[in-house]
Amino acid sequence: MTIYLDHAATAPINDAAIDALNTQMRKVGNASSVHNPGRAVRKDVEDARHKLSELVGANPSEIIFTGSGTEANNLAIKGFFWQAPKRNLIVTSAFEHHAILDPVQWLVEHEGAEQILIPITKAGVIDLDFLGNIVATRGSDIAVISVMHSNNELGSIQPIAEVVRIAGDIPVHTDAVQSFGKVEFDFAALGVTAATISAHKVGGPLGIAALILQRGLDLTPILHGGGQEREIRSGTLNAPSIVAFAAAAEYAITNMKVNFAKIRELRDYFIAGLKSAVSDVSINSVLDPALPGIVNATFPGTESDALLLLLDTEGISASAGSACSAGVPRPSHVLVALGLSESDADASLRISIGTTNTKAEIDQVLAVMPSVVERARNAFVVSGLD
Amino acid sequence: MKLIAAMSGGVDSAVAAARAVEAGHEVIGVHLALSSNPQKYRSGARGCCTIEDSHDARRAADVIGIPFYIWDMAEEFHDGVVENFLSEYADGRTPNPCLRCNEKIKFAAVLDRAKGLGFDGVITGHYAQMQETSLGRVMHRAVDPGKDQSYVLAVLNTEQLAGAHFPLGDTVKDNVRIEAKRRGLYVANKPDSHDICFVPSGDNAGWLRDRLGSEVGSIVDEDGKKLGEHKGAYTYTIGQRRGLGITVPAAGGEPRYVLKIEPKTNTVVVGSHEALAVTKIVGDRPIWCGPEPTLNIEHRGFAQVRAHGSPLACTYVQTGTEIKVDLDEPLFGLAAGQGLVIYDGDRVVGSATVARTE
Repeated sequence: MTIYLDHAATAPINDAAIDALNTQMRKVGNASSVHNPGRAVRKDVEDARHKLSELVGANPSEIIFTGSGTEANNLAIKGFFWQAPKRNLIVTSAFEHHAILDPVQWLVEHEGAEQILIPITKAGVIDLDFLGNIVATRGSDIAVISVMHSNNELGSIQPIAEVVRIAGDIPVHTDAVQSFGKVEFDFAALGVTAATISAHKVGGPLGIAALILQRGLDLTPILHGGGQEREIRSGTLNAPSIVAFAAAAEYAITNMKVNFAKIRELRDYFIAGLKSAVSDVSINSVLDPALPGIVNATFPGTESDALLLLLDTEGISASAGSACSAGVPRPSHVLVALGLSESDADASLRISIGTTNTKAEIDQVLAVMPSVVERARNAFVVSGLD
Repeated sequence: MKLIAAMSGGVDSAVAAARAVEAGHEVIGVHLALSSNPQKYRSGARGCCTIEDSHDARRAADVIGIPFYIWDMAEEFHDGVVENFLSEYADGRTPNPCLRCNEKIKFAAVLDRAKGLGFDGVITGHYAQMQETSLGRVMHRAVDPGKDQSYVLAVLNTEQLAGAHFPLGDTVKDNVRIEAKRRGLYVANKPDSHDICFVPSGDNAGWLRDRLGSEVGSIVDEDGKKLGEHKGAYTYTIGQRRGLGITVPAAGGEPRYVLKIEPKTNTVVVGSHEALAVTKIVGDRPIWCGPEPTLNIEHRGFAQVRAHGSPLACTYVQTGTEIKVDLDEPLFGLAAGQGLVIYDGDRVVGSATVARTE
């Protein structure tokens, strides 16, 4: 039996999305074709776009579908950078996802970009004073400011409206992949220039996401081809996934308030239980304003990969931060940005609770935690060979 | 038993893990990341440290149906193996990093971690046989003489060997490949690794020069007469004949060999083949793989000084801190730092590090 506590990595697909996928996959037609079947599929795609735009507080034409959140982030960072040849500075928070930090790093290494990271305060939010100073002194150099809407490891919601106010005319992008469908997120109300959302974090399928981009703006594309999506993102429209994305998002947002309360209650129950199960645990994640289900905790004297292995053998799925494809565990840059030492960052776990979890599951996790932590401590190998 | 299978991404460790599962053990696959920057130790299909190798290991674990994790042992490997390799060469000795890795990483850091996590031991794809005998649990050579790896495992003490499992020791390599294919492990045809994994180019001398410098020194004969120059004494090995670049011929025209490396003066001493002859070897840091031989009395056995060297009949004495070996026939060319392994027939008695020779 598996107790799945890694919803921030990916959430279980919901029935609404599966039904939508199944139905749409049986339809033939390229949404860009002029014939009847093509037009029919185009209508389904545009209905989905319309629905999604209402759910996210945008105009339908502001939604540009992409193949992943990573692609949308790359499109925003590189697109804004290439649109402003006279501005080579990119400002992001220090604890962005790698899908933001790495494209910026690539532009630094290959395209002469300069990067400035906004530090993180002890409260788990960006330092607005720092941003204010950068904008005041270097504003005319900044091509784009990108700050995530909520942090995927700490759960903390970022003051994006403040960022927009400070930025003035500078484009602001926000990676809202973790927020959308879980907490209030309204594109137009926030006033950002662009935002990233992704289906699989809200119960939709993998491989479909969107960049929301204000109308009338152009971005330098990464993919060239058929000119779909305002000629910003070419590629045959993935109609089944788009339709399922909208269905999943509708389901998530319709139930958002109920789920928020339920998940938050489980989170608080878990944190209270964890503190009594493991006396020296420290909680890094932010309680409010925050995503409801993120718990990030440090277990001193352990290594996260040992904790994950032991939890896995108990049937419990957790994470040590972002899933890392290289597989070599590294101390989380998010926790280091928050001010943790590398060894404390390396001794930390992220547990992300979702709609499918129950109190009974949390009780089972709490029951095994003391022994898991004890074994991980036994295994802690202090480097220092003779 | 609950066992950790160390999976390199090669065919041997994959089959070893599969056999352990079949034998009814609860097995978890672990790939050791030995470099914090895998590009650094990149070695195509030959090594065991690339991203591709970790993917191969993961895929094998998936096919076998066991959980799989990557353990970051880069720091331990660098401090315990790579640094030691460099410092040994800088001291004019010839280390064997595979011995060192088995002693300090696979059956120390990994085994200790496995035990801490509640596992009973470590499985590897090494070719050697553990046998329960009247002497206790002892290690024997593998049945495949071409693949036998008991030499590089002879640095393990009885406690380490108690937690070590080598499921392939009873099988010849060809049959392991056939078995891998039958089990659907696509690494079945992956080439064997040969080189030192952290020297992917195979250019040991160049790798050492890059790190220890290439200061010019003298090549001299046994009387101290200068015959030529070299670029770093540590890039030579005792017994080396080729690549000396000496233009002054020997008096009798016979070939010359490296006899000695003197790191302090950066001097390489060369001489005749006869001068390489060694009959007495003293090894320090003795490690016993089974019952410890009685102190200070002569025992008969075989000495082996290279991974694929021949066993040499000998008489040996152990003094508690050293093993003194008297070979029946001389061997030609032996460097301090090499592993000295003592066998009793096919049974591994123990090992020491060559300290000096006569």
